[in-house]
Amino acid sequence: MNWLRRASSDPLWKDEFSIHTADERYVTRRQLTKFLVLTSLGMFVGNIWILIRSAFHRAPQFPAMKVATAGEIPVNGVKLFGYPTEKERCILVRTNDDRYVAYSQKCTHLSCAVYYSQENRRLECPCHEGFFSIEDGSVLQGPPPRALPRVELENRAGNLIAIGMKEG
Amino acid sequence: MRDLAELPPQTRGLTTIVGAMSLIAVLLMVQVWLLSAALESFLKGNLTSAIPAAIFSGVIFLICLGLYLFVERIDADVRSH
Repeated sequence: MNWLRRASSDPLWKDEFSIHTADERYVTRRQLTKFLVLTSLGMFVGNIWILIRSAFHRAPQFPAMKVATAGEIPVNGVKLFGYPTEKERCILVRTNDDRYVAYSQKCTHLSCAVYYSQENRRLECPCHEGFFSIEDGSVLQGPPPRALPRVELENRAGNLIAIGMKEG
Repeated sequence: MRDLAELPPQTRGLTTIVGAMSLIAVLLMVQVWLLSAALESFLKGNLTSAIPAAIFSGVIFLICLGLYLFVERIDADVRSH
């Protein structure tokens, strides 16, 4: 029955359904362009949101709070405490006889709790092997994007008092 | 190689749209980077970088919008032929 068919190379169904592929793609690309522009708008709105948050950002108030007494923990020892609230866990480390440092225990990558590695003398995040310097909380290795927030300490008559926090 | 003017209007329109889309895609990547950098800076406590980031992001959005309107106009021209 081939002699009944047209000489054209197009299959017969294309006569019945006059769909123009180019037209279809044309519309689809326009829709994608619209979608991309809407995505751009979304990101602009995100930037505006950050701007608004920055404009209305107030420096948090940190109360003075006793963390430990000097000599309470041994050299290379640690003590966990909550600051400024009990839910915000922090870690106090005695690095030598008269030096104490304290940092937020929340890893700046994905908020896992960091711990102090005595052998390596650094703070380590077990989730993704992010390492922080014990000296200043800066990132030594791994995915964390920022240093650990540092708790400012004061030695008042043998008592270690937390007086504030500094972003990393 | 055929001259662009020799091509049928619809093919020319498609080429324009693909070109505009590519440009928008590149601009979007820059905008993604801007957003992540602004967020990172905000979380770090640096509040001043949010203003230039928002301005540049707005400019990029306006360029994208302009490209979209350009595509719409080309599309209308092609369809009117």
